[in-house]
Amino acid sequence: MAAPLNVSVVSADHEVWSGEATQVIARTTEGEIGILAGHEPMLAILGAGEVRVTLPGGDKVHAHAADGFLSVDNNLVMVVASKAELV
Amino acid sequence: MGAQLRVYRQKIKSAQTTKKITRAMELISASRIQKAQARVAASTPYSRAITRAVSAVATYSNVDHVLTTEPETIERAAIVIFSSDRGLAGAFSSQVLREAEELAELLRGQGKEVAYFLVGRKATAYFNFRKRASEKTWTGGTDQPQFESAREIGEVLLESFLRDAGDGGVDEIHLVYNRFVSMVTQTPQVVRLLPLEVVEGVEEPEAGDILPLYEFEPDAATVLDGLLPVYIESRIFNAMLQSAASEHAARQKAMKSASDNADKLITDYTRLANNARQSEITQQISEIVGGADALASAKS
Repeated sequence: MAAPLNVSVVSADHEVWSGEATQVIARTTEGEIGILAGHEPMLAILGAGEVRVTLPGGDKVHAHAADGFLSVDNNLVMVVASKAELV
Repeated sequence: MGAQLRVYRQKIKSAQTTKKITRAMELISASRIQKAQARVAASTPYSRAITRAVSAVATYSNVDHVLTTEPETIERAAIVIFSSDRGLAGAFSSQVLREAEELAELLRGQGKEVAYFLVGRKATAYFNFRKRASEKTWTGGTDQPQFESAREIGEVLLESFLRDAGDGGVDEIHLVYNRFVSMVTQTPQVVRLLPLEVVEGVEEPEAGDILPLYEFEPDAATVLDGLLPVYIESRIFNAMLQSAASEHAARQKAMKSASDNADKLITDYTRLANNARQSEITQQISEIVGGADALASAKS
């Protein structure tokens, strides 16, 4: 398996969550998108909705993110939203 | 008690009460700097992520977008001045206003009209006193900026940027704020916000590096449309946070020197008061001795 994803979920005034993960699912304006390790570089606008992060152990982290964007670059996933919080 | 002594005692009293106030303000600012600095640090991941993303779009896509392309002629330029709401912070507000005046002079020299957007009561008061016009002012909350106010400012700026210069819009936006360098140094900083000038954190691709092919969802133009207002907001928010941290640091420094000065005044006046008291006593003794002498010589 490829190296795990490095995920950070950031809101305007603080970092909400960061760590390693195997999968990230987020809702863009086009629909839900799942990201696994080795995904091509991407920039997408987030729609309002939930971001689900699957940790290497199988646990899941849920976060609310609205009004932001998602960037994927070299296994580094950044969910950037003006408002984001863990659920 | 002699008049002289009473005056000195009054002055000592007044210096002591002033010192109590300045000391309290110093302590308050000192405790708030930590918090303000922490907020600057906490907002860094956000602005770094956005800067990365913006430079990615700017570097790896060739979309013509109103926000990235430089207009051919710039008729009107906006200057956003971040000052404080309250005074007693040394040169904090005046140095940022001075920097803004210099910038305005420079822009006028290039044949541009200058429009001002003011943040903080001090800048507003400065403009009101000189009866100068400003486009819009925001006051309140400069020492603890909220993201909502950054968003509000960003919206207004973006809106006037998208309007034509003829209709009162602007072609260029500059930010002037105090950057927090350290507890003792805060330097006024001028940043051109629009047209876009991505300066920080851009990693120049090295020769031989393969540039990643970015995929945009839904497409590059939409991503730019969505991203750039966010970028502007984050730049403004960052400027506000820096300015707030600088304000506290400047106030702490100013209040510290005020307390020190009050200390010095108290020492000086205490010396003078002691002198006055001594000479009063000496005078009284010599009066008594002189009186006793006069009585003794009158009897004999």
